[in-house]
Amino acid sequence: MAAAKTRSSSFSGNLSSAASSLGPGLKCGPNGTVLLSSGIPDLDKILGGGFPLGSLVMVMEDAEAPHHMLLLRNFMSQGLVHSQPLLYASPARDPRGFLGTLPSPAASKDDKSRGPEPDQLQEKGLRIAWQYKKYFGENQLNFDGQRDGKHKYSNEFNLRNPLERHFINGQRVDCFSIQDSPDLSILQDRCTTFLSQLPRNDGSISCAGRIAIQSFCAPQCVYSNMEWEMLSFIRSLKNMVQSSNSVAIITFPPSLLSPSFCKRWQHMADTLLSVKAIQDDDKELAQLLTGYQDMIGFLNVHKVARINTQVPVILEATTFSIKLQKRRYLILECLNQAPVDGSSGTSYGTSGSCSSSSKTGNLDF
Amino acid sequence: MNQRSSNLLDEALGLDQASEPWPLKGRVVAIEDRVETSGSFILHHLLKRSLSRNSSNVSIFIAFAQPFSHYDRVLRKQGWNLVSQRDNGRFFFFDMLKLQCPVGDEGITPGGGLIALYGKIHKTISALPEISQKNVSIIIDDLSLMEVAANGSSDHVLDFLHYCRTLTSEFDCSLITLNHEDIYSTEDGSTFLLQMAYLADILIKVEPLATGLAADVHGQLTVSNKGRNKASNFHFKVKENMVECFYPGRSRD
Repeated sequence: MAAAKTRSSSFSGNLSSAASSLGPGLKCGPNGTVLLSSGIPDLDKILGGGFPLGSLVMVMEDAEAPHHMLLLRNFMSQGLVHSQPLLYASPARDPRGFLGTLPSPAASKDDKSRGPEPDQLQEKGLRIAWQYKKYFGENQLNFDGQRDGKHKYSNEFNLRNPLERHFINGQRVDCFSIQDSPDLSILQDRCTTFLSQLPRNDGSISCAGRIAIQSFCAPQCVYSNMEWEMLSFIRSLKNMVQSSNSVAIITFPPSLLSPSFCKRWQHMADTLLSVKAIQDDDKELAQLLTGYQDMIGFLNVHKVARINTQVPVILEATTFSIKLQKRRYLILECLNQAPVDGSSGTSYGTSGSCSSSSKTGNLDF
Repeated sequence: MNQRSSNLLDEALGLDQASEPWPLKGRVVAIEDRVETSGSFILHHLLKRSLSRNSSNVSIFIAFAQPFSHYDRVLRKQGWNLVSQRDNGRFFFFDMLKLQCPVGDEGITPGGGLIALYGKIHKTISALPEISQKNVSIIIDDLSLMEVAANGSSDHVLDFLHYCRTLTSEFDCSLITLNHEDIYSTEDGSTFLLQMAYLADILIKVEPLATGLAADVHGQLTVSNKGRNKASNFHFKVKENMVECFYPGRSRD
């Protein structure tokens, strides 16, 4: 096996760095990356397994609704459940208070099973030789994880139950308020210190860390009109994250940045998402989509991280509806076009993933 | 020596004929991309072409965007081992990820870090054997991050590029740069892009299709080659080991 290192085929590379040396909450991804869960199983599936270590995730907020907080909450809870160190920065005076709103993992008997059972899926279709299964998309890997049970890669979170205190206390959780910082050097130092505990070296990864920065350019922050400084900070954070075992997520309201800087921030992100509010009573949308009443917002996936590869990830659908199942579990669903009244002459809409094909302008993001 | 198929991109750049001198010699190539369609695959393609041309060709890669490991893996899938090329002195990698010019030093050493970078490039080229000096490609990934490193001073970045331009005339290097078009499309921001477009001999635009993204066609390329007075437009699909280029409506050349 000594010769394996010099072989250029990725097949042998993956075998030699098998999952046995990864800590809890981590799994192998494509192209030699290691993934951690976003805390939302549906989002993990959409992104091809989760967020790769060393990547920067950016979420564009909608000023009209706090849906980005849902993403942050699940992200942070997932890390705490797996004992992953967490650094949380927000413009609030007391960011620690936010930890009290983190959801707890759903009890296993509450877990609903959505979709066909894994065994059924494997019966149908191709019978794939065992060693090639890992190349065939996310579904196979997910089912293995679920059967494991003990240390699940990703949890469903019950937004109605707060996270037990023991997950938060006695953990490496660092909270920081960015409201009064005159410049970003203090936050930069905190990030540097935090990431120095998680250096990346070849070999096993026992622990990965998470950084969550909320509403980064919020107007109440003193530095929020220092455009180039903020961009420098994001660039240096990205560099530090790239060379450590961690994932950083930054949410920001794009309307508060100039268009040119907004684009610069978007280019910085490895994974770029945006959330959008949904009007309470939009008759046009109600006619167009099934299940409109249950939707609380839209999630758009603009860019998926491409580390160690030049091939872009093209998703079948980029817009998903955010729903709260049983008013406690966050799920993402493809948009389904509602059946159209036959008298208008157009054909019945078929359910299935559809991004922008026949939608009217109000769904153009 | 290397049997490789050329594609529409090579044709548009004049790389399809194995002719001496290299068509990109002494030329500035500017690549403009967008958030939806990243143009870094063209850098990888040109690096590959530069390395495969002949054994005296040298490439200097100035990276602001990704660490060496990323490019190493990407080029490995295309059949090139950057580590051994680096050890053989055919590939130089300048990791600029941490470069940050100190704020407010404009008066003393204008664009401090960038001047040092230029000095380093010049020194590296001068130290090469005579035959290689005439066959150098400088690749920069990417210019918008160089601006961030220079604290937003696009003047300093343009100065740096003008200095690199002198290298193309002094040593006949080719200069290949990547920048993001959508950052500059606002009124006051367009100067930098226009300057770059003026400086460039070949301009490659990487854009999504008008109809959006698709799995079979990742976008469209528009190549304006001032030297050959030619403009081409075609679609592309990026794969792990190559990029497929084809005219609209066809799946391959």
